[in-house]
Amino acid sequence: MSAVTSPARPASSGMSARTINRIVIYGLLALFAIFYLMPLFVMLVTSFKTMDEIQNGNMLALPQSPTIEPWFKAWGETCVGLTCAGIKGYFWNSIKMVVPAVLISTLLGALNGYVLTKWRFRGHTLVFAMMLFACFIPFQSVLLPMATILGSLGRFGATLQNATGFNFGLGNSTVNLVFVHVVYGLGFTTLFFRNYYEAFPTELVKAAQVDGASFFQIFRRIMLPNSMPIFVVTVIYQFTNIWNDFLFASAYAGTGDVMPMTVALNNVVNTSTGVVEYNVNMAAAMIAALPTLIVYVVAGRYFVRGLMAGAVKG
Amino acid sequence: MAFLEIDGLKKRFGNVEILKGIDVELEKGGFLVLVGPSGCGKSTLLNTIAGLEQITEGEIRVDGRAINDLHPSKRDIAMVFQSYALYPNMTVAGNIAFGMEMRGVPAAERQAAIDKVAKILQIGHLLNRKPSQLSGGQRQRVAMGRALVRDPKLFLFDEPLSNLDAKLRVDMRIEIKRLHATTGTTIVYVTHDQIEAMTLATKIAVMRDGEVQQFGTPAEIYNNPTNIFVADFMGSPAMNLIPAKIDGNGSGLSVVLDREARQPIVLSMPGAPAGLAAFKDKPVIFGVRPEALTDPEGAERNGSNIATADCHIEVVEPAGSDTFAVTNLGGKGVVARLRADARIQPGTSTPLAFNLSKAVFFDPATEKRIL
Repeated sequence: MSAVTSPARPASSGMSARTINRIVIYGLLALFAIFYLMPLFVMLVTSFKTMDEIQNGNMLALPQSPTIEPWFKAWGETCVGLTCAGIKGYFWNSIKMVVPAVLISTLLGALNGYVLTKWRFRGHTLVFAMMLFACFIPFQSVLLPMATILGSLGRFGATLQNATGFNFGLGNSTVNLVFVHVVYGLGFTTLFFRNYYEAFPTELVKAAQVDGASFFQIFRRIMLPNSMPIFVVTVIYQFTNIWNDFLFASAYAGTGDVMPMTVALNNVVNTSTGVVEYNVNMAAAMIAALPTLIVYVVAGRYFVRGLMAGAVKG
Repeated sequence: MAFLEIDGLKKRFGNVEILKGIDVELEKGGFLVLVGPSGCGKSTLLNTIAGLEQITEGEIRVDGRAINDLHPSKRDIAMVFQSYALYPNMTVAGNIAFGMEMRGVPAAERQAAIDKVAKILQIGHLLNRKPSQLSGGQRQRVAMGRALVRDPKLFLFDEPLSNLDAKLRVDMRIEIKRLHATTGTTIVYVTHDQIEAMTLATKIAVMRDGEVQQFGTPAEIYNNPTNIFVADFMGSPAMNLIPAKIDGNGSGLSVVLDREARQPIVLSMPGAPAGLAAFKDKPVIFGVRPEALTDPEGAERNGSNIATADCHIEVVEPAGSDTFAVTNLGGKGVVARLRADARIQPGTSTPLAFNLSKAVFFDPATEKRIL
């Protein structure tokens, strides 16, 4: 009998101890989650309130007469500096910069990873170590040298313009930002792809060589189609970083119509004329944050799916 | 002139010599097996034939044409890899056709070739599946299909069966042998499994430390090993290599095998190899395969030189088809292979027949065969 009852008693006392542990753990987690989500919540509710409600009400209260007017105003009418045409132009500036920068840096990183693992050459570890160094450069330290380089590129573009009537995008602020983000993103994208391809079966590359595939055919037909998980990870990482970048954007495209979203948002909030329209500012900030949220939600699913496909691969 | 000729092939990585001068040749339609323990250089040798590794010295010729400086795709070879190396993103049909696609073969021709190979290997129902949806044996077939469809001059197999379970491995071994017999292709095959080597090969090259230890037909390798390594590596259970002494009593030579706490066994050797005389009163290694050491009733009736001696049996292992008995000679466990129904008890003494015409002798200092 004792053999039957004795395991039951510690189990019941253990249950209560475990329950207390659970309560403490989940309580703490909930507390941190609330802390973390509070600003987002305030932003979201404020962006749907009227100015009266903001001035007279509680910051945490839900909007009593919800309105999406501030969102329209932020998108199409609010003043950025002296022009009052909303943030939509700057939103597209960011898109035009982010998409090429993400794709180019990701593809080049994949190519680097492919070469560094499957086409090894003398000194490949040194090259990789130097590329890794790019991950740890404080970006403030490269602002001035990069400005000089961009200046030279701009002058070269002007020369081309005179000679051929076309400057090939050199000197264009968006192109400059793409260039800067590709250069400083390469360290990370190369790191991601190199580590992924390190575990990628080399026999596949050898088989493709015997089958007569060329360097780029192997890359395009064998490597890239089997890189979905790391491709998505890299795209999420690069998209978030480049979209959110303020330092390079303000340094190299900080004025006029070429500003990316982050700089424009700063100018909306810092505007000194009239009443501070918190609801419009909050809506503008939400719009600025939306693309990264969407990338996480959409690509995150592909990311998990990609991992699963990799797990059952033979 | 042989179909595949490898002349003085050397391969160095920096200062390390991986292949130390390989000379091997194979007739058209032959089946060459490169066998040896891991790290002996057999896979490297195969990769140099494929062109996936560059060679440092020497020449590789196929059908009279030197191929060692050509790109893998220009060598007219096909290769089956250990991990099968099927492209995970393509269907079975896509995998088989990839090589043709790369060489710009028109789609209709590709389809015809796929169908033909699928019929030979009976994988027609798998053509639209992805490799991840196949079993190990099916993947193996697809990998062979990808090689077959090329109709190359030379097939290279890199340990193709090592990832399969034991039963499937035997099935696929027979399949490969049948394929070789029906298609008459020339094959170079790497394995560390000496049974695969014996059963498949028309020629075997036993390798160790980047050198070919012995090159010959399976029967030559098995019956006339040139050194202790080959004798020990080929055959399962392995050849008994017993420390012994050569004694000369007037006319002939005899072999003296020490036993624990008993009189040594003395076997007279009328047909001893000529070189053995020089080892009179010296230690040698006496090599006898388990099947040449058996119960007197099971011994080869027409064996020219059979000597019988009482041996103390320590362990008996009934294996179904045979019974293996372990005795102790010259301080080593010695395995005898008896009929399945041999009546034998551990701990007793029983007469064992030594088939001395099948025995071989090695010099303990050089490990070479005494001829």
